[in-house]
Amino acid sequence: MPIAQKELEELIRSAFPSASVVVRDLAGDGNHYAAEVADESFRGKNRVQQQRAVYAALKGKMDGPDGELHALALTTRVPE
Amino acid sequence: MTRSVQDEIRDTVTTNSVVLFMKGSRFQPQCGFSSRVASVLNYLEIDYKDVNVLADPEVREGIKSFSDWPTIPQLYVKGEFVGGCDIVTEMVLSGELDDLFSNNGIAFSSDASKRIRDHNA
Repeated sequence: MPIAQKELEELIRSAFPSASVVVRDLAGDGNHYAAEVADESFRGKNRVQQQRAVYAALKGKMDGPDGELHALALTTRVPE
Repeated sequence: MTRSVQDEIRDTVTTNSVVLFMKGSRFQPQCGFSSRVASVLNYLEIDYKDVNVLADPEVREGIKSFSDWPTIPQLYVKGEFVGGCDIVTEMVLSGELDDLFSNNGIAFSSDASKRIRDHNA
């Protein structure tokens, strides 16, 4: 079950209201996206902690039996 | 005694220095992301245990709660969750993976790792 790019963006933005969020559709099938999230809340966190926070925002929509999204190439960083 | 997948996973990651939970196996990966991480480990000549989560749905779901990480593949070094495909790729390119392996006394080909960085420069 694919997920719309808009919905994915909204999910991330709702959890990171002041973040810079860029979502790219990699395959046009609603299943393969790349997302770049830069947020102040990541400062001092390692990559796993940063990305865990983003996955938490996706509330189970990732790659599970009921997960819609198969592939999300995720890049997180602290804003310069 | 019902099977505790969490204990099985804990046992696997503590008794093997390097473990990759993946879709498929190291030489027959069945997902692009799993394939990328497996091929990096193969190329760096790492001695690791590959666990095919597609062969066991309980492990496939259990590993996600074990690490609080929703996707596969998942790389473990000395019992610690390192990351998925994105993080491992970033770490290879930054050289952090070399440090992680050296600091944990894990043999790997630093020449191969350097070739990956040079190739991607």
